[in-house]
Order: sequence, then structure tokens, then C-alpha cells
Amino acid sequence: MQKYSVFSLIKNAFSNHQNWEVAWKDPTPKSEYDVVIIGGGGHGLATAYYLAKEHNIRNVAIIEKGWIGGGNVGRNTTIIRSNFMYDANARFNEFGMDLWRNLSQELNFNVMFSPRGIINLAHSDAQMNAYARRGNSMRLNGIDAKLLDRDEVKKLIPMADFSDEVRFPIFGGLMQPSAGTARHDAVAWGYARQADDMGVDIIQHCEVNGFDVVNGKIKGIRTSRGDIKAKKVGLCVAGSTNILAEKLNMTLPIETHVLQACVSEPVKPLLDGVVTFGAGHFYISQSDKGEMVMGGDLDGYNSYAQRGNLPTIQHVLTGGLALFPFLSRLKMLRTWGGIMDMSMDGSPIIDKTHIEGLYLNCGWCYGGFKSTPVSGWTFAHTIAQDQVHELNSELRLNRFSTGHLLDEKGLGTKTWIG
Amino acid sequence: MLYIKCPYCGLRAQKEFSYGGDATVKRPNINEEVSSEDWDNFVYMRKSPRGKHIELWQHIAGCRQWIKVQRDTATHEIFQTAKVTEEIR
Repeated sequence: MQKYSVFSLIKNAFSNHQNWEVAWKDPTPKSEYDVVIIGGGGHGLATAYYLAKEHNIRNVAIIEKGWIGGGNVGRNTTIIRSNFMYDANARFNEFGMDLWRNLSQELNFNVMFSPRGIINLAHSDAQMNAYARRGNSMRLNGIDAKLLDRDEVKKLIPMADFSDEVRFPIFGGLMQPSAGTARHDAVAWGYARQADDMGVDIIQHCEVNGFDVVNGKIKGIRTSRGDIKAKKVGLCVAGSTNILAEKLNMTLPIETHVLQACVSEPVKPLLDGVVTFGAGHFYISQSDKGEMVMGGDLDGYNSYAQRGNLPTIQHVLTGGLALFPFLSRLKMLRTWGGIMDMSMDGSPIIDKTHIEGLYLNCGWCYGGFKSTPVSGWTFAHTIAQDQVHELNSELRLNRFSTGHLLDEKGLGTKTWIG
Repeated sequence: MLYIKCPYCGLRAQKEFSYGGDATVKRPNINEEVSSEDWDNFVYMRKSPRGKHIELWQHIAGCRQWIKVQRDTATHEIFQTAKVTEEIR
């Protein structure tokens, strides 16, 4: 495989960039694979990459209905963080942070990971106490956390409304300085390119129509491009989880909802990191291109439409304007929606299933992008070893029936209660 | 914007309503032994189909009644609404 570097860039400039190798091939599906991963998003591509790299399982196919990176990995707001209170979530995502830090070098693809920090704003003494507790929990798990008072927040985001008239005055905030953003498309493409190089077949425009399950064991899948036998099958299909689960006669603790985001026209650099304004159902960061990247709540009803409705965008931006009045002067560039696999406790599921050889990776709610590397890493382990890794040992499917919920924020599908 | 026909008030904007989830989920009978599996199904497990979905909405900024709505989760088209005591076929 051609190595990407400044030298290869200069070399290819002489031929007007016409002679670059294709980054991944377009193979015809084989009749049998050791492992088939359904879903060519970030998590599916990362899973295939770590199967090949960490477990030397290379007879692997990724089956994607559309094109790779065309789903949520290309539709998110690129935030990467590990500011969780519960041990299971904190350890899982902090392991992921370590993978992020080295990802550009590992994939030989600049994912533009930029750890500029995330601030969660607090608006009462009670919330400051809760954040102090969360920050302490994070630090016990080796994650950097900083409790900011009002003046410290003001230094970092002076353009926020610090006047006395606001409904939610800023008391302070909790900051994770090592959190940040990355270029989401590059993550998908980087994993795809490396996985392809190690022998993984990336099969696009191939829809899964059914599964062959014999005596409780997976034998293969039926697709729009023919039947494919597989010893093991992993589901990484985010918002389509319920659709495939129905074909397997499984019911899951997952509801599918639409979540919108939007960007403004580009402006000069004014916001360094990510700011979340939970009380206003709003968060914001600034992209490298200068666009203000914003998001907030779910639309709030089951949906498979990759688009939302205007009332939610209005609601989110009303919160945004309350925090950052300058936003009223910006034009909106575009809005879009993605479909989220909302788990009932707000935490993901990476587990085996009752069908032998079938593995499940779902329930990512609002935050699938940040976990892309660690999700792929642990899911690859779970598939290869046929057992969960310590890191995902609490992200089990049965936690809902046993009562071991990971209700980090008390949020699930019913955000309007939270 | 969705427009939902409240059986009590008529056609109103979505902003007047609050969503209540799948209307076909049945609570286990009161005063009877409930297996943990049945309880699990009631509290957590959802079909979340792509296509027609019968769901509960509350007309929170109107008559405050709970109603049933049959809606397509892929197109957001609303086919039918009914009082919560009525069946949608």
C-alpha cells in the first residue's frame, strides 16, 4: 500500500494527482467468510480493522447497504470525550481516548484529532456539586477533569452571556481538557483503507435481507448480492438495528429516533473547544473551516427518516441564542438528521447474543462517534474470542433484565423526562 | 412540523403534543404474579418498526388527553388518530 506522506503528496502533484492508488477495492462478495460485519460505518470498519490487526482474522467482509461512511459516521458533530462518571463507561471511553491519540499515525491517515477540551456548563450550586462529584470520579479513573468557577469559564468563553438577566446564569463548569474533535470522514476512510489492505472485503451497495440460523447457530446471511456463508456475524448497524433484529425475531431495548444537527456559515476562529449547555438543550463547537457546529435534543418520536422537523432546530437554537447571543447574526448553512439507536439506559451494548456466532454492537444514542475506535477494538475482541473483554463486560444485553443499568445521566429514549 | 388531529380538539401542531412511545405495549396485569421476563418486555423491549407505528401522544398544551396516533416512522405520514380507549385498525 502506498504510504501517505508529504513526499507522496509532492510526488503526486507532478502528475496532477491522477495516479493515486485507490484507497480500497470494490470486490465481488465471496461465498464464505470467517466473519461478516454488517454495517460499513465507523464502528463496522473499525471492528474489521481490529479483527485483522489484533486477532489476525483476515477473511472478513463488511457488508454495507449504502456506501461506507455514509451514515452516522458522516453525520455527527465529531465530539470525542470520556467525561463519564460510571466506572464502566469511563474506563471504556478512556481506553478509546488512548486509541484516538495515536490514530492518525496508526492509520497513516490524518484524522485531525484535536484535543481542545470540552466544557459542561453548570447553572446552580447543586449542579456544581454534581459536577465536582463527576470530576472526582473521572480523576479516580485517570481522566483529566477540571472544575471551573464562573471567572474561569468567562476567560475561556468570553462571548457567552454573563449578564444578570439570563434564565440560566453560568455558575461554572466541568472541563475535560483532553477531549476534542476529529474529522469524522477521515476516521471511516482511514479504517477502511487499512482494513482493505489487510485483506478485508469492503462490499458496498449490498443490503442484508435475512439470516440463516440453524439450530440456534448462525450459518450465513442473505443479501441483495446473493447468499454469503459466515462462521460469525457482527451487527454494527446503529439506526437499523431494530430492522435487522426483527429479521432475527429478536426484540431489543432499543428505540430508533432522529437526532438533528446544524452548522452556520464559517466565521473567524472564536470558540476553541466544545461547550455544552445542558439546561438549554444545546452544544456547540467550531470546525476547522470556521463553521459553528451545533446540536441538541432528539426530535422525540420514533423515526427512521434521516431528516427532522423544524420545531426541534428552533428549540435547540433558542437555547443557543440564550447562551451565545452573537449566533443571531449568523446564517445557517445546513441542517441534517441521523437515526440513532437509542438504548433504554443511554449506554451502548457490545455483546454476544442467544444465537451462537451472532454478535451485537448497538445502543450508541447521542455519542457513537467518540467511541468508534474502542467500540471496534472491543467488538473485534468479543467476536474473535467469543467472549466479552473486560472493557465491555458491563455493556451487556442482559443488564436490563438483571437491573445492572448504566444510566449515566438518567437518559434513554425518553429525553423529555430527563 | 407534524400536524396531529386530536380526537377532542381537531388538527393541531406537533408543538402542542408530547410523545409517549409505543401504544401497543401492554402493562402486565395488576395483582398477578409477573415474571421478570414479562416485566422486562414491558419496561425495556421495543419493536421500533420502520413503517406503520401505533403510538401514544399527549395533547399537553391543549386538552391534556392521551391519544393514539398511527404514523409512518419512515415518512412521518399520519394515517389515523383515536382516543386512547379506542382501537386503531
